[in-house]
Amino acid sequence: MARTVWDSTVGKKTVMAVSGLIMLLYLVVHMIGNLKIFFGAGEFDHYAHWLRTVGEPFMHYEWTLWLVRVVLVAAVVAHAVSAYQLSRRDIRARPSKYVHKKPRASYATRTMRWGGIILGLFIVWHILDLTTGTVHPGFRPGHPYQNVVDTFSTWYGNVIYIVAMLALGLHVRHGFWSAAQTLGVGSRRRDRALKTVADVLALLLTAGFIAVPVGVMTGVVS
Amino acid sequence: MTSYADYATGEPVADTKAPSGPIDERWDKRRFEAKLVNPANRRKHTVIVVGTGLAGGSAGATLAEQGYHVVQFCYQDSPRRAHSIAAQGGINAAKNYRNDGDSIHRLFYDTVKGGDFRARESNVHRLAQISVEIIDQCVAQGVPFAREYGGLLDTRSFGGVQVSRTFYARGQTGQQLLLGAYQALSRQIAAGNVEMHPRTEMLDLIVVDGRARGIVARDLVTGRIDTYFADAVVLASGGYGNVFYLSTNAMNSNATAVWRAHRRGAYFANPCFTQIHPTCIPRTGDHQSKLTLMSESLRNDGRIWVPRAKGDTRPPNEIPEDERDYYLERIYPSFGNLVPRDIASRAAKNVCDEGRGVGPGGQGVYLDFADAIRRMSRKAVEAKYGNLFDMYQRITDEDPYEVPMRIYPAVHYTMGGLWVDYDLQTTVPGLFAIGEANFSDHGANRLGASALMQGLADGYFVLPATINDYLARNPHHDEVSDEHPVVQEVLAETQDRLNLLLSVDGDRTPDSFHREVGELMWEFCGMARTDSGLRKALERIPQIREEFWRRIKVPGSGEEFNQSLEKANRVVDYLELAELMCLDALHRSESCGGHFREESQTPDGEAARKDEEFGYAAAWEFTGTGEAPVLHKEDLVFEYVHPTQRSYA
Amino acid sequence: MKLTLRVWRQKNADADGTMSTYEVDGISPDMSFLEMLDTLNEELILRGEDPVAFDHDCREGICGACSLVINGDAHGPERTTTCQLHMRSFKDGDTIDVEPWRASAFPVIKDLVVDRSAFDRIIQAGGYITAPTGAAPEAHATPVPKPDADFAFEHAECIGCGACVAACPNGAAMLFTSAKINHLNVLPQGAPERETRVLDMVERMDEEGFGGCTLAGECATACPKGIPLMSITQMNKEWLRATRRVGKR
Repeated sequence: MARTVWDSTVGKKTVMAVSGLIMLLYLVVHMIGNLKIFFGAGEFDHYAHWLRTVGEPFMHYEWTLWLVRVVLVAAVVAHAVSAYQLSRRDIRARPSKYVHKKPRASYATRTMRWGGIILGLFIVWHILDLTTGTVHPGFRPGHPYQNVVDTFSTWYGNVIYIVAMLALGLHVRHGFWSAAQTLGVGSRRRDRALKTVADVLALLLTAGFIAVPVGVMTGVVS
Repeated sequence: MTSYADYATGEPVADTKAPSGPIDERWDKRRFEAKLVNPANRRKHTVIVVGTGLAGGSAGATLAEQGYHVVQFCYQDSPRRAHSIAAQGGINAAKNYRNDGDSIHRLFYDTVKGGDFRARESNVHRLAQISVEIIDQCVAQGVPFAREYGGLLDTRSFGGVQVSRTFYARGQTGQQLLLGAYQALSRQIAAGNVEMHPRTEMLDLIVVDGRARGIVARDLVTGRIDTYFADAVVLASGGYGNVFYLSTNAMNSNATAVWRAHRRGAYFANPCFTQIHPTCIPRTGDHQSKLTLMSESLRNDGRIWVPRAKGDTRPPNEIPEDERDYYLERIYPSFGNLVPRDIASRAAKNVCDEGRGVGPGGQGVYLDFADAIRRMSRKAVEAKYGNLFDMYQRITDEDPYEVPMRIYPAVHYTMGGLWVDYDLQTTVPGLFAIGEANFSDHGANRLGASALMQGLADGYFVLPATINDYLARNPHHDEVSDEHPVVQEVLAETQDRLNLLLSVDGDRTPDSFHREVGELMWEFCGMARTDSGLRKALERIPQIREEFWRRIKVPGSGEEFNQSLEKANRVVDYLELAELMCLDALHRSESCGGHFREESQTPDGEAARKDEEFGYAAAWEFTGTGEAPVLHKEDLVFEYVHPTQRSYA
Repeated sequence: MKLTLRVWRQKNADADGTMSTYEVDGISPDMSFLEMLDTLNEELILRGEDPVAFDHDCREGICGACSLVINGDAHGPERTTTCQLHMRSFKDGDTIDVEPWRASAFPVIKDLVVDRSAFDRIIQAGGYITAPTGAAPEAHATPVPKPDADFAFEHAECIGCGACVAACPNGAAMLFTSAKINHLNVLPQGAPERETRVLDMVERMDEEGFGGCTLAGECATACPKGIPLMSITQMNKEWLRATRRVGKR
């Protein structure tokens, strides 16, 4: 069955839909957690520490976190590899373009592909910046509040982050609805509701995430 | 030299396959008497099927299911595109689901009477019997017929019949039935039982030792001409209405397969029996390449009229009720707008000839839905005819919900075709003809929704039963190959013909000749025919033919995809077939069904049949291009339905 | 009307193609687009040039043979087949670009003619109900609820023209494939092969080199028969259902 799924275009789209939804769920949680930054360094750092102790005493220190990380990495890899392979296939299926070009044709496809690439690069930067601190001068492990404020005190930190979050919004908007179609839960009756949910999710996520750099920039968070 | 019209009359031809005895037992009896081929031996038999419409598609699939090796051809890029797909209205079957008095016998009776007593009773009765099985078969294949809220099949009354026996799938019945046959065929292609050759056109028949043994066909993509051999050849290549240039046939529907078979010895029966369909969209100008049919079902609710006064050019909505002539309702009060096709067509021609026609050139009559919309609501009309109205609007740019449609008759179907016996075998042993390609079931006029029925009856049920008998009785043939002198000759003739077409390099296109002969036929061999007109046409056709071979221009070569060459080669055959149609029409100096001779009418202008003189099917034998053919008569015996003058008044 | 046509000319499958420019005059707005091309071809033949090859047959919008991309739209600006497009949709003096369907699964044969046999092979993979002739039960033995019958019909209307593939930025055949699957899978007669049908047809579709679906929706916009985009959703659902069921066996 796994073979059938992976070998088929419909199956790979299913992989993308499921992995996308896992990431989406994570993003919602992540976004809500981020908002704790507006309640001060103590609460935010305490929350960050708690993430490592979730599930204790059943789980050992950081086990839950690593479990989540493994699932997320798997989801990202599955999503990206499927996307890459499907895109390659799509481009092969239409090797020569029409001489008479139509502007509108592939709006959704284009935003998904380029948006996906932007998001992929962003994730790498984001981890190197705020998880490992590799590209973060003066990174202080265990002090996420300060690290976040540092990042959003640079112009490039803000630009990268805000561009990525706008891409995320567009990606979620088409992606959520698209995943519903791939998983076969769309219908004529439900279409409007699905599109509304997709719009609301995209808007909330983008607004929620962008609130943090805006907070730092405006001095609400310092 | 004798002229073409000086035909000789040869020995009568008789159907020796239909058993005697009560008519409703004949088909059973024939199936029992027919020899069978051992299932294990069937794989060793190859059957060629030319065409993939309702008849060909269903025959190919069924023969393959039985275990025969089928090699099948169509000129289209896919078997799914055969012109059966364009049939709109429906398919008749004597299911009597409505409990409205229908029965196999009534369908049989209606078909013989509708065909104006020029069809063979045994064949027609078998058709009526099989009709019920066809519906079962198609439903099992997933054909989405219209259904009622209880989930059962819906039926409607159609084309001048007083029972509701027509099953339909909105206005796309032909499409849905064809897709059913195509899907069954596809299953056999996938199973390796059918070797399918799309974009391949039959150009000649190979007859060895008096038996059909194969065909010559051209791959339309590469231009390659190949031979294909078999134990039997089945022609399911459709009708020849495109002789008229403008018809409701597809652009590439053609007569080459049947005409070449005729040239190789198959008799051609009743070529002049052409059906002119009353409800087509009128032509708009000289650029017109084909005519579009509007389903006859429109006559169920639409009312046909013309202005009472000649040359009345007011818009239809401004012509008051009492200045309109609902001529069908007036002349035929009991059938009204639902009279058979030939009668409706001729009536339209008559009012237009009187100068009361409407639209450009006065070649049209109104088909008005204003009353229906008032009676049933616009919504109900939309649900019933929506797709037809849309089609009309797209073509004419007029809204039929607001303005009456304009319609005019057009060539639609040819009842004539290769002569076949009860087994659907032609006069060439091993050559079978099914569907519109044969002449068998519709006599001089076909009833609405009967073409689909006949195509599928022949393909699913009749041919697969009768061909067994031929194959069982002729089990061992010598192998034929390209080296055989007969094959060499046929190949050379085909090649020469194409080379000649390419080498004339004249100054006229294939279409210009097609149009010329088509207009000639429409004028002299169309809805009304006269002795003098037909003689004029017979004089003109050889001249056009001569000019064709002097002035034809076909660009390109034969070794490539060359649509002009395809077209020119088809026109070659039209130019011969047209002549036979005119001769047949000339010799049959009676009026019957679709064949109306002005010399033969009743005092009140209705068609007058002459049963004593013409109660036969005319089967013509080819003797040479432009040379007088030989007429063989098949006497028609009516034991069950006694000929009466049709009356629809 | 006087028009400038830029038409894709390609001698055969192996040759390179190019857009050639032609002027046509005396075009009536009542002509169909194909009749306009007929006019051009008659002139080309008389000039001794190769006429433009294009597929066409019934010319009443049902056979699915005609297949032109006109000004970048499959079947042109109206939602119909090319043969039912009339010149009244254009203006005097317009320049019109005419191209073939473009997809690697639909190789060009000549000029505007492409090979769509991949569609036939998708049907051969399972687009049928196994009902050998003679084996059918009485038609009324199995009632089909009207909504199901209508749903089946709506999808059975597909004419297999390939406009969906031509319009799709990915050259995908999802709409075609889903239409046939949905037609047969909703009917009780199609139930015994419901799972294998969708799995086999999707597999075949992939093997033919069609692209995947990104739900751009161009296919449904181009479809002359109005097969809805939701048809693909329904196919996905059938596919997942079949994958689960076959996995359990």
